[in-house]
Amino acid sequence: MSAGRARPSWRWAMYACLALAAGLFLMPVYMMLLTALKEPAAIGLDTAWQLPRTWNWASFARAWTSFLPKLQNSLVLTVAASGASAMLGSLNGYVFAKWPFPGSRIVFAFILFGMFIPYQAILIPLFGFVKSIGLYGSIWGLVLVHTVYGLPITTLIFRNYYVDIPDSLIESSALEGAGFFTIYWKVVFPLSLPGFVVVIIWQFTQIWNEFLFAVTLSNPQSQPITVALAQLAGGEAVKWNLPMAGALLAALPTLLIYVVFGRYFVRGLLAGSVKG
Amino acid sequence: MRLRGAFVVSAVVAAILAAPSARAQEKLEIFSWWAGDEGPALQALIDKYSALYPNIQAINSTVTGGSGVNARAVLKTRMLGGDPPDSFQVHAGQELIATWVVAGRMEDLSGLFKSEGWTAKFPPGLISLLSTKSGTWSVPVNIHRSNVMWYVPARLREWGVSPPKTWDEFLATCETLKGKGVKSPLALGENWTQNHLWESVALGVLGPDDWSALWSGKLKFTDPKVVKAWETFGKVLACSNPDASGLSWQQAVDRMLKGDAAFNVMGDWAAGYMATTLKLVPGEGFGYAPSPSTSGVFMMLSDSFGLPKGAKHREAALKWLKLLGSKEGQDIFNPLKGSIAARLDSDLGKYNAYLQSAAKDWKSNKIVGSLVHGAVAPEAFGSQFGTVMEIYLAGKNAKAAASAAQAIADQVRLGR
Amino acid sequence: MRWRRHTNQIIGFLVLLPSMALVGVFVYSFIGRTLYASLTDWGQDPAQALALNPITRFIGLDNYRQLFTGVIDARFRQDLVSTVFFTAFFLAGCLLVGLLLAILIDHKPRGEGFFRGVFLFPFALSFVVTGTIWRWLLQPGGGVNQLPTMVGLPAGSFAWLTSKQQVWRFDWNALPAMLAWAAALSLAALALSALRSRRRGRAAAAAAGAVLAAGWALLAGPAAAPLPFPELHGFNLAFVGIVVAAVWQMAGYTMALYLAGLSGVPEEIREAAVVEGASEWQLYTRVILPLLAPITLSAMIVLGHISLKIFDLVFAMAGPDNAYTDVPALLMYITTFRGNQFAKGAAIGVILLLLVAVIVVPYLRSQLKEGVHE
Repeated sequence: MSAGRARPSWRWAMYACLALAAGLFLMPVYMMLLTALKEPAAIGLDTAWQLPRTWNWASFARAWTSFLPKLQNSLVLTVAASGASAMLGSLNGYVFAKWPFPGSRIVFAFILFGMFIPYQAILIPLFGFVKSIGLYGSIWGLVLVHTVYGLPITTLIFRNYYVDIPDSLIESSALEGAGFFTIYWKVVFPLSLPGFVVVIIWQFTQIWNEFLFAVTLSNPQSQPITVALAQLAGGEAVKWNLPMAGALLAALPTLLIYVVFGRYFVRGLLAGSVKG
Repeated sequence: MRLRGAFVVSAVVAAILAAPSARAQEKLEIFSWWAGDEGPALQALIDKYSALYPNIQAINSTVTGGSGVNARAVLKTRMLGGDPPDSFQVHAGQELIATWVVAGRMEDLSGLFKSEGWTAKFPPGLISLLSTKSGTWSVPVNIHRSNVMWYVPARLREWGVSPPKTWDEFLATCETLKGKGVKSPLALGENWTQNHLWESVALGVLGPDDWSALWSGKLKFTDPKVVKAWETFGKVLACSNPDASGLSWQQAVDRMLKGDAAFNVMGDWAAGYMATTLKLVPGEGFGYAPSPSTSGVFMMLSDSFGLPKGAKHREAALKWLKLLGSKEGQDIFNPLKGSIAARLDSDLGKYNAYLQSAAKDWKSNKIVGSLVHGAVAPEAFGSQFGTVMEIYLAGKNAKAAASAAQAIADQVRLGR
Repeated sequence: MRWRRHTNQIIGFLVLLPSMALVGVFVYSFIGRTLYASLTDWGQDPAQALALNPITRFIGLDNYRQLFTGVIDARFRQDLVSTVFFTAFFLAGCLLVGLLLAILIDHKPRGEGFFRGVFLFPFALSFVVTGTIWRWLLQPGGGVNQLPTMVGLPAGSFAWLTSKQQVWRFDWNALPAMLAWAAALSLAALALSALRSRRRGRAAAAAAGAVLAAGWALLAGPAAAPLPFPELHGFNLAFVGIVVAAVWQMAGYTMALYLAGLSGVPEEIREAAVVEGASEWQLYTRVILPLLAPITLSAMIVLGHISLKIFDLVFAMAGPDNAYTDVPALLMYITTFRGNQFAKGAAIGVILLLLVAVIVVPYLRSQLKEGVHE
């Protein structure tokens, strides 16, 4: 690409810009770690940027013990809902990509629209519904909700992914007498691993980070980590070491995924905005 | 690379899932907004409960946020969701009655009041506040006073001012203090504390009779007297700190204690914060007076606990309520909380100087109920009163605020 | 074979059915129920608001009338104005920063992967985490305001999240007239362009419309005041901090979109431009940016609908109770679950949905149509 065309002086300016931007982007993380590692008494507004005199690891231990049940809730919720929505999305995507029927484009748009709605527009009936099926305050209510509202994006990503599988593969196996599900299982599914990675990572991140459903549909026992963190930090007269340590814990799983599976993460992100 | 990543992730997953979870046994879930500095008093009660009933595991579900603004939203979703806590904190009076009692979601406790002999132990006025024609709905734990002005006596002497007796005096004192370099003589905190200040100003301007007439629907919010209360409020507000909405009430008290401000108007839970948490001596470390123009008037509010229909551990909850209403329970809780007992027979020797003076006032003063803390107005009015405040703050137009308040009063059928 | 294909299509349809039913119930029927709830008085009578089976009355559009012209719902109107400003600044911030970062990284600096990772990681965080961190960074006496002291400057004093200052204020009562003027101007522009393309009839109709709208604005506009008192709304400066945090979180996302677009720009086009003597600046402004237009549009749609729905960031940063940083999505939650005004909460939800639909539906349609031509 344009590498090497830029003159050396420009390259210096470019590195200066990049370093400045990276500094700005990392500043909040630095502050988070710094504050989490201070003694509560040493945290003051005017000394916010000073390094602590004694490193206090206890905040993490405290945040870990008080947040552990919430992390478990988030994990169960996230794994179950990501898995379920990915499985359904994969089948849907397979139909849309390989067996389009008359009107399937309309059905596709019908499902896709669910991705964009502001959830405030369905919150009140949703609340009543989840309650009426007895899942209010249970983590499984949240699993159901996230699975359903995850369907549009998982369907979209899988559809776009399966469109690239050559039709000839499907046809030849159909000629050999394979049916709908055999083709899915023998031909499409084995090629889907990267698709599943993309979708599951995307859903994992979204569900782990979600707040509105979590705050309306959970009780203290089934509360996901985002709600617990918001309540801790939103309380009064807080000492900031604990919320910062908690923020790190809440961020760690998705950050870890981002670092390990960065490539797939970006693919999910692109799929979420560039349609087929 | 990918394999290793998957390994790391699954190791973390396993670590989280492997952690032990609590064993099931008989439980009691108590829902409140008492955290941080207000926490120890509740904890002392829970400890007592656990000592009395060692087989019941008492779970303290607290949602932080002063005056319960956040907690009430969480409680609402849980009640609506059919997952009520076994017993929850609620301000005695309309906050409970006009919200949950009228909706048929609470159990009548008049049987409990009779069997425990409480009808004679609590002041009749308080019991009538807790009751409707069809029952008595919650057990009051304490009495707080809303209209108190706090200051640091030594600082006032330094500045050469005395605690103002009327709002006019207050405004004059405010100018004097500004002249001496105190930029914002009145320390103020987040939104609800501004509403709290308003109720003290309005009570002072209107007097106790008109204040009560406001809530029975006899006095309109658009009445010139009420409009004048807004105008006075605007002048008082000009004496306060501009960064108020970022401060909790404790931080506002801290400002006053540090000398960045001279006065703070807050309910007397502030005495609990200063005496229990900060270990200051009432009368020396901090001083107190009725908020301006309200001497001889006690604007009360009371924290109480009720029993929602469908509570999962009803028996445990009843035991909890019995403890709350007992003399012993009230005298464990209140000295720590910084409030006086709702019962008339409490042991005043256990209370500090401020609380003893409050108990004296409680018996001799004219009693009115608080708006912000749920005694006189239904929650639907109280929660929308913030909007009235915003309308006022946005345009500083007292008439606009007054007519908005009246519109809400009409909408929620206040006094009917 | 054709028969087989039909069978598989039918199976496919059946496989889709559960998902269609779920989406039908959870999206469409729920929207319908919200819409219905917004037309009732659910919440006005305290005895019914929280009852197990509330009895509600149908009251038509009264909740909407109150939201736009009722004295008590000033907060909703300010929230609408705030959302418009927030969306504008958030979009501008993300697009500018994102494009800049993408161009920098497109030059393949050493450590490209590192920089890309640093700029994108905030996207993996939740808004609650971002909000918590920035809430601390933007404390009036600390964090960002203390940064200048590191180089010996006096500390900043901007009250990031607690400012009550409002700029660019206008009276809500002037809004009908303002909208009419806007309509008159756009109709006039339409008339002009129609005239240029010599479509007389259309030009005349548009011109007549413009005159009508302008006349209405002049004559009836001042009298069309919906409120008894002037009510000023504007841009709350307390939002500046929220915009900064939101851009911090989402700029990397825009960068990633632009990078994907840049990698799709054929090398020949760049080379051709350079051969013709275009400078770096011209290469970007004349050649590459126009090619990136579809990406910009996509990014605007996605960011725009995120911005209209923003809830958790504000909740975590400024608390749910700070009127100066309120947005409709948050107000809906508070109105419903704190104020017990279910019908009004539903109405706010419907208005949010309409706002999002205005942005998203045309986009979805165009995207799906393009798909047909592929």
